[in-house]
Amino acid sequence: MILKFIALLLVCQLVGEAFVVWTGLPIPGPVVGMILLFVGIALRGGIPQGLGWVVDGLLSHLSLLFVPAGVGVMLHISMLREEWPAIVVALVLSTVLTIAVTGLLMTKLIGWVQRRRGED
Amino acid sequence: MTLDFALGDIWVYLSTSPLLHLTLTVLAYVAGDWIFRRSGQKAFFNPVLLSIVMLVTLLSVTGTDYPTYFEGAQFVHFMLGPATVALAIPLYRHLRLIRQLWLPILASIVLGATVSVSSAVFMARWLGASQQTLISLAPKSVTAPVAMGITEKLGGLPSLTAALVVLTGVLGAVIGAGVLAVVRVRDDRARGLALGLNSHGIGTARAFQMSDVAGAFSALAMGLMALTSAFVLPFVLRWATG
Repeated sequence: MILKFIALLLVCQLVGEAFVVWTGLPIPGPVVGMILLFVGIALRGGIPQGLGWVVDGLLSHLSLLFVPAGVGVMLHISMLREEWPAIVVALVLSTVLTIAVTGLLMTKLIGWVQRRRGED
Repeated sequence: MTLDFALGDIWVYLSTSPLLHLTLTVLAYVAGDWIFRRSGQKAFFNPVLLSIVMLVTLLSVTGTDYPTYFEGAQFVHFMLGPATVALAIPLYRHLRLIRQLWLPILASIVLGATVSVSSAVFMARWLGASQQTLISLAPKSVTAPVAMGITEKLGGLPSLTAALVVLTGVLGAVIGAGVLAVVRVRDDRARGLALGLNSHGIGTARAFQMSDVAGAFSALAMGLMALTSAFVLPFVLRWATG
């Protein structure tokens, strides 16, 4: 039954939100809910078929879900008019750096792990 | 009663009902997605970016304010929470990849996340961005639902974060392959990991165009990035913004 798994997602989120309010940690409640669901699945040792369907349906159009918030930039247009050069430069530079550093480190470490395994 | 007057009546009725802006949100996304597919799935024609531009233009032209729009759009927005919880499933599916390469993956995620946050925050601060912008900018590489949650908790602007996250995703998907070629990274596992870490879901879509291996590593990087950032970023940011 599909409804059962929708309820499961909501319960995980609700517990996550309650946990965050209770502890006062600066972590989003749904992320705590995600960890709860993850631990549950890991303990169970697999994903129930119905849950897989619900999740794939929900996530197949995930990017639609951040459109309403994104439209909210219209509230900050005057601020953006002043700060856009700083934002654009930071985004471009940080993207180039992040991709280069991550890709290079991962390549080096894969090579290192494989060489070590070859020697063992 | 003239036709003009009747249309005016209908408009007054519809514009106060949440249904209108809910429908417009979904329609704008469908249109954006159609353009994206027609372009041959080029990252530049990102459906989210297109629909945000369409909706902001429409709201400005009709003189509609954001709270009125959000009364309808909130039903879509609300689904972000359950969707974030649901991200546990793809993360679990891709976790088997970690078994052989856990050290390279975890080390690259930690260093990549540090570079992503610190380079953006330091550069923007140096160029005079406000504190609120810095907070909103910091989680730019984290998948949007989690990034917005982080920003909200830290006193930034979730809506600005949503736009910056999408921009970062598009930017990485467009220039990522070129950057990786310049620094001579050819391993698909490394290429996928780098794209997913910087550009979350949008980078993952691009990585799947390279190969299934790159796509899987990208999806894994996106999940781990979201998880680590939610816990580590508040503390890194407190340090970086002094």
